[in-house]
Amino acid sequence: MIEIKGLTKKYGSFLALDHFELTVDEGVVCGFVGANGAGKSTIFSILATLLSPTAGDALINGQSVIRESAEVRKQIGYMPDFFGVYDQLKADEYLDFYGASYGIPAEKRKVLIPELLELVNLTDKRYEYVDLLSRGMKQRLCLARSLIHDPKVLILDEPASGLDPRARIEMRDILRHLKSMGKTILISSHILPELAEMCDEIVVIDSGKLIAHGHVESIQAQLQGDKRIKVKVLNRLADARAFFEEDPFISGLEILENKQEVAFTYKGTDEDQVELLRKALLSNIPIYSLTVEEKDLEDVFMAITKGVDY
Amino acid sequence: MQQRFSNPVLMKELKLRFRTLKSFSGLMFYLFLLFIFVGGFLSVFTQFTGTGFFRPNESFIMFAVISILQMALVMFITPGLTAGAISSEREKQTLNILLTTTQSSTQIIIGKLLSSIAFLILLLIAGLPLYSVVFLFGGVSPVQLTTIFLFYLLTIVAIGSIGIMFSTITKRTIVSMIATYGGMIFLGAVTAFLFFVGISFETFGGMPIPTSGGTPPSSPVTYFWAAINPGALMLTILYPESGTQLANMTGISFPVWITYLIFYFAITVVCLMIAIRKLRANMKHNR
Ligand SMILES: Nc1ncnc2c1ncn2[C@@H]1O[C@H](COP(=O)(O)OP(=O)(O)O)[C@@H](O)[C@H]1O
Ligand SMILES: [Mg+2]
Repeated sequence: MIEIKGLTKKYGSFLALDHFELTVDEGVVCGFVGANGAGKSTIFSILATLLSPTAGDALINGQSVIRESAEVRKQIGYMPDFFGVYDQLKADEYLDFYGASYGIPAEKRKVLIPELLELVNLTDKRYEYVDLLSRGMKQRLCLARSLIHDPKVLILDEPASGLDPRARIEMRDILRHLKSMGKTILISSHILPELAEMCDEIVVIDSGKLIAHGHVESIQAQLQGDKRIKVKVLNRLADARAFFEEDPFISGLEILENKQEVAFTYKGTDEDQVELLRKALLSNIPIYSLTVEEKDLEDVFMAITKGVDY
Repeated sequence: MQQRFSNPVLMKELKLRFRTLKSFSGLMFYLFLLFIFVGGFLSVFTQFTGTGFFRPNESFIMFAVISILQMALVMFITPGLTAGAISSEREKQTLNILLTTTQSSTQIIIGKLLSSIAFLILLLIAGLPLYSVVFLFGGVSPVQLTTIFLFYLLTIVAIGSIGIMFSTITKRTIVSMIATYGGMIFLGAVTAFLFFVGISFETFGGMPIPTSGGTPPSSPVTYFWAAINPGALMLTILYPESGTQLANMTGISFPVWITYLIFYFAITVVCLMIAIRKLRANMKHNR
């Protein structure tokens, strides 16, 4: 559905995007995570046909955002990270204007607008002036606007930024609904747990480079690289230590005498780990508990972005 | 197919323009200025003649003055209405969204231009009743009035296009305003100044002195400055003899209104083309 091929963007001499490669299949919700300035908005602007890349191309439904931008615009609904609304315009007129801008006939718009307002829970704000709506309502209205021409692809740049927790949950529920409608959604955020909750795939981006891409769980594993395993033994702590020390995948071994615990960093695969445990049992090491410390996504994110303030 | 001719930007802008109090008070202020002027003119003239009568040739003078005054007013208002068309959307962060819709750049630019012009046309129409006073006293032909209105329109469209162009290529409305007013002042005043400079050079300067009776010197540049000046155009329409005078002075007898028409039409086309090309400036391929 979306193919990004060697996308590069320079602002002057500053490299904002560096040979970015990515394919997202139809119906997938793909979350872009990265610190401020990582290049998320730059990618999204290029996909939304607002910005020409310095090199590379992106195809949406097989059409190039550079050469077939007019066609691409029909396929995408875009929500920028920062946007304004026209004052003196009511919510339904706001949607009506954009509907007309997509060439939707007036009769069809009349039917469509109440449906969209319903979808984003703004039915009761239909005749309110848009510039008087709260931030969360404006975000939702803008989302409704991006849906007006029933695009297959949604490109949402930080749709939940600046929202209070309640508004955030509302936004998330709407996005879940859109996902169930089969839309392909690209969404960016720096709030990771939120993305993990509603995305099928996660893309981690830093300094314009793709750091990782995959299913939420596999990204977690991929990024963790090495996991910390803690083994509690009933006694024979010294034997346990001697046993684990020999394993090639193990490093950073430490003994916690008071807790009767051996802790180490493990680099092997899950299969290796099964083998390790089988051997341990055969060697009569009295293991009574084993915990794998999974770093949560937030830590991982902080680790890969080197603690950049975000 | 009806789609092709509908212009969402135009429709929305019209709706907004006529909804705001600002437009209404602007219209009122415009009429107020005109009324003050016409009222003043009438009272001064009836006093001068002392008879309380108003002769056709005086009525024609009033017609001429109103026409030139309206031209000046409209020229002064047009930059204010157009110079923010695109840049204010950029400042309000509504432009990005507009550019991701399937409207073509041409459609957006034309919509912006037409909506500003619509308001100016409203001003001109609202000012029409003033002319009825002139018609009452006679001395003016409807053909003259129509011609003048068509040239108002051309001038508005051209200056409006300059405004839209600057609004598209500059980031800030304030910069665009200054540039557009600069352009308007150049056309309205600087050209007149250059014309007089040119004329005085020919009269007193090192130009070959015309032998009396021979053909006058040909000075196309001086002619050109006069021909693109809206005031000069009005004079040649109101007083055809002033056209002949200009021809005698510059040696070029080509009708001023044709030069004006071509020049202002060219400005319009060039400015609109630049605006359309630059609207999606960050994209290489667009229309
Ligand atoms: N118009 C621009 N001119 C110069 N630099 C820019 C411009 N837009 C973005 N940048 C830079 O490019 C980098 C990526 O920005 P952006 O894509 O907005 O990141 P994100 O959305 O991930 O926060 C940032 O370092 C930013 O300063
Ligand atoms: Mg951003």
